[in-house]
Amino acid sequence: MLALLRPALVSLGLFTLLLGLAYPLAITGVAQAAFPQQADGSLILRDGRVIGSALVGQAFTSPAYLQGRPSAVNYDATGSGASNLGPLNADLIAETLDRATAWRAETGSAEVPGDAVTASASGLDPHISPANAMAQAERVAAARGADISQVRAVIAAHVEGRTFGILGQPRVNVLQTNLALDDAFAPEQPDRP
Amino acid sequence: MNWQGWAEIALTLGLPFLLGWPIGIFISRVWNRERTWLDPVMAPVERGFYAALGVRPDQSQTWTGYAAALLAFNAAGFVLLYGILRLQGFLPLNPQGFGALSEPLAFNTAVSFVTNTNWQAYSGETTLTHLSQMAGLTVQNFLSAATGATVAAALARAFAADRQTGLGNFWADLVRTTLWVLLPISIVVALLLAVLGVPQTLSASASAATVEGGEQTIPMFAAASQLAIKQLGINGGGVFGVNSAHPLEGPTPLANFIAAVSINVLGWAAFFAFGRTALAGRNLRAIAIAALVLLSAGAATLYWTETQAPPALVAAGAEAAVNMEGKEVRFGAPASAVWAAMTTGASNGSVNSMHASYMPLGGGVQMFFMQLGEILPGGIGTGVGFMLMMALLAVFVAGLMVGRTPEYLGKKIEAREVQYAMLAVLVLPLTILGFSAAAAVLPVALESLANPGPHGLSEILYAYTSASANNGSAFAGLAADTPWWNTTLGLAMLMGRFPGIVVMLAIAGALAAKPKLAPSAGALPTDNGLFIGLLIGVILILGGLQFFPALALGPIVEHFQALDALAGL
Repeated sequence: MLALLRPALVSLGLFTLLLGLAYPLAITGVAQAAFPQQADGSLILRDGRVIGSALVGQAFTSPAYLQGRPSAVNYDATGSGASNLGPLNADLIAETLDRATAWRAETGSAEVPGDAVTASASGLDPHISPANAMAQAERVAAARGADISQVRAVIAAHVEGRTFGILGQPRVNVLQTNLALDDAFAPEQPDRP
Repeated sequence: MNWQGWAEIALTLGLPFLLGWPIGIFISRVWNRERTWLDPVMAPVERGFYAALGVRPDQSQTWTGYAAALLAFNAAGFVLLYGILRLQGFLPLNPQGFGALSEPLAFNTAVSFVTNTNWQAYSGETTLTHLSQMAGLTVQNFLSAATGATVAAALARAFAADRQTGLGNFWADLVRTTLWVLLPISIVVALLLAVLGVPQTLSASASAATVEGGEQTIPMFAAASQLAIKQLGINGGGVFGVNSAHPLEGPTPLANFIAAVSINVLGWAAFFAFGRTALAGRNLRAIAIAALVLLSAGAATLYWTETQAPPALVAAGAEAAVNMEGKEVRFGAPASAVWAAMTTGASNGSVNSMHASYMPLGGGVQMFFMQLGEILPGGIGTGVGFMLMMALLAVFVAGLMVGRTPEYLGKKIEAREVQYAMLAVLVLPLTILGFSAAAAVLPVALESLANPGPHGLSEILYAYTSASANNGSAFAGLAADTPWWNTTLGLAMLMGRFPGIVVMLAIAGALAAKPKLAPSAGALPTDNGLFIGLLIGVILILGGLQFFPALALGPIVEHFQALDALAGL
């Protein structure tokens, strides 16, 4: 047994140095030097301040903005999480119904996109479907006193397609599109801090 | 369902299989100590390792010696990781100021990462320090994968051997697999993921003042380096709580695709490496194809279930083409479904969508894949090892039917090997069904359920299936960070890992000692379509007989409830 102790302990020590320290630190060094923007979390700066990450959804409630999907953690990025409710769970069915009712009232749209009334896997989904975004265009235009066709044009410019034509789904990044909307039209109410 | 979805699924399943072939040949060269193009870099490091360890790499070990070294190494790894998790509050690289994990949680987590399960009863971003993630978990992500690979190397040599006792040297297999295979491929994948947006930084978090005037704290980490080996090592433990569904772990469809390919590529490579080292390439290609057929059928089924109308969306009058609850928009149904099949077929356990919210039959497919013993293609080495057990049983069944003495890869398969193979196969139902039965009646366990009715039973069954099969994914509604769940799931993980490995090494020892037979006309051919069909049949019948009654009470009854609910809407 003692004969096994030395290789077991020494190899663990060496592997910990190589795989637990040298490997992640070397990758960190290369990534920070070669592509710091991505390595630091794809943060978006406005006026020198971090306003979020292009990859992480944040909460929007103003009618002048596109709103993201329902989130089980209310877009609190220190946690992450889903509802984890089964497909027949009574709470899930009731909640989905409530969301659909609220959606119809807010947008005036009879069609309810599936992603608009379901909680995402991460609770931080940065995207909505193009149908979801377009259905919110009328509300956004009204809140900003803007022309709806121009709002639709901003949204359409932010629709990302499938990678190589097959990977992933068409989608709209909520934060980036909202920043573009702010650039294109002044908001009706001054709800920017 | 649309053609882009089917194309995405086919590409995601097919590419790792095709890449696995050349990589498998490379792995076989590494196991066989042949020359490779990485020798100039790695050979000096390797020699340093052997000198420090005090081992002779060419000293072949008997199966007991090999198994003892493997168990000692894993026991030491457990003690070190448990120590780090308990002491992380006093150790450096702790910018968030996290304290120690509780004893049951540290036990569960240490077992989980040493056994290649990566069940996570904690949420990484709120629990673990940088040091615990890097020096603790990342290291075991590599070493548990390398441990699995050593089992395949030993078993493959046993089939090639002719009346020998040695299976190779555990330390050499461990060091060489890590240095030549896992580390170089991880470096490539880590950099690809980082350039696509997975963070790789030592800062703890970024504070954002959001557009609407709120505050958002975004956790950061050296994630790309850990995610690369999390997938390549078929580990599956995420840096963040929601694993690969987190937009910082799976930022884009392309990053998701690379991660998905990484889940399967080394599992398939182990099949091809095994075939070359065992001098049985055609036979191993046949069983790899059997595994690919089953995996593809599961992926197609999951794509179908997730594009069925979910009751909640139908009741709300919403568009119900895709079951989007617990899924991310950038992935949608096909990328989520194929990942769910791959992660459960491969003992990986990372998720990019929430399995608890799948349609009932979707959850059933996920559980069934794990219950087959993680062979589609399973973990590196352990997957091909368990598949070999299935092949031995298939050969034995065929031998009974046609009255021939069973032979496989030039070795006579006798009573002892079949008994051992059955032992390896029976560990799973014993652990899964035993613990599930206990948990289903004990209030201390039932307190943790998030869903009532059959879905609650599915949560229990899924948890013990995932732990015993060393998968690590979850129906995440289950509140698993309690002493009962941490302890029993930890035991299930140990049961699912080491008895099977020891049995496989024992079979290797028995087979190595037998004479290597020349191929004869009397033997059942094991490299053709007939054998692929026979093997698939044995796998399905064995798995079905063991687990169908339990599945009938969970996902299957829930499926009929769903049909009933939809009919009433």
